[in-house]
Amino acid sequence: MEQVHGLVALACGLIIGLGAIGACIGIALMGGKYLEASARQPELMNALQVKMFLLAGLIDAAFIIGTGIALWFATSTFLA
Amino acid sequence: MATGTEAAHGPTPGEYIAHHLTHFNGTGGKQAALVDFSLVNYDTLFWAVAMGVLGCFVLWLAARKATSGVPGRFQAAVELLVEMVGDQAKGLIHSPESRKFVAPLALTVFVWVFLMNAMDFIPVDLIPRLWEMIYGGMGHDPHHAYQRVVATADINATLGMSITVLLICLFYNVKIKGAGGWAHELVSAPFGTSKNPILAVVLGLVNFAMQIIEFAAKTISHGMRLFGNMFAGELIFMLIALMGAAWTGYNAPSILLFLGHFVAGMAWTLFHILVVVLQAFIFMMLTLVYVGQAHESH
Repeated sequence: MEQVHGLVALACGLIIGLGAIGACIGIALMGGKYLEASARQPELMNALQVKMFLLAGLIDAAFIIGTGIALWFATSTFLA
Repeated sequence: MATGTEAAHGPTPGEYIAHHLTHFNGTGGKQAALVDFSLVNYDTLFWAVAMGVLGCFVLWLAARKATSGVPGRFQAAVELLVEMVGDQAKGLIHSPESRKFVAPLALTVFVWVFLMNAMDFIPVDLIPRLWEMIYGGMGHDPHHAYQRVVATADINATLGMSITVLLICLFYNVKIKGAGGWAHELVSAPFGTSKNPILAVVLGLVNFAMQIIEFAAKTISHGMRLFGNMFAGELIFMLIALMGAAWTGYNAPSILLFLGHFVAGMAWTLFHILVVVLQAFIFMMLTLVYVGQAHESH
């Protein structure tokens, strides 16, 4: 049982951690590009903002799904 | 949020979460098989229909009192919403004929998904607890009173919606390109075709396989994205509620956990407002994008 607990803990850390790396890099790249683009063409800021939020949702989705699954694993293992 | 009444002979945290993740499907327990078409999740069905009716009612209310003069606040808000959806539809679907059907569809999808997602803001224990009283009052065992209020946190609902979008895409594929034109596209896009008959058959098979994979991937990711976000959000609300459920009396750990419950619950609710609106918006946008793709010929 201890070994299962340890493996689940490791797996949850990996799911959340690797997902967070991907989502953060994605959001950072997109946010940076958005700032660059709106500094270059401020009149496009509103149109770009809508698209940025749309993409933020798409980028975040996989990470949040992974977090949910990892939390479910963790609670069903450690709190049962 | 969580009530302290479980303290006497309360469920363990694992049981609490499992109880909250079980649908009311008439069998008094969890669905045994992974896929079972004989079961109906009555709670999902009820809340989805209720939210649909509520959305229609609110929009009808705005339409009934609409004036061409100076609009009131309510009418202005609904007009903003309709115009926003209309603008997005105009940008993605170039046929005015199709827009007559698809733009209202997108508005319906947005309002409906938003309302179903917004059920997440109701305290996680409120409606299940009320349902427990009603179910117990009807002479059933209250421990088996299951109720999940967020319809979009049920994969059956979200995949049902995304499959409906797929059917609409197939319909527009046939309508715009004709059955023959679409059949031709199925075997000639994305890699094209060849004059050599043997090569043409091989390319046709590869193209057809790619098209099927594309349709399947679009539909499944469309439904899974909404489901995953809402399910994870709901689960985190339950985990936050566990902090308050650990109340054992006026001692330091209980009070700290209660404060943690309050702060974490508020923070997650605020963040979740963004997720709820974004996911409804993304679901609507992807519906428009997919239907728009059905209009483009390769």
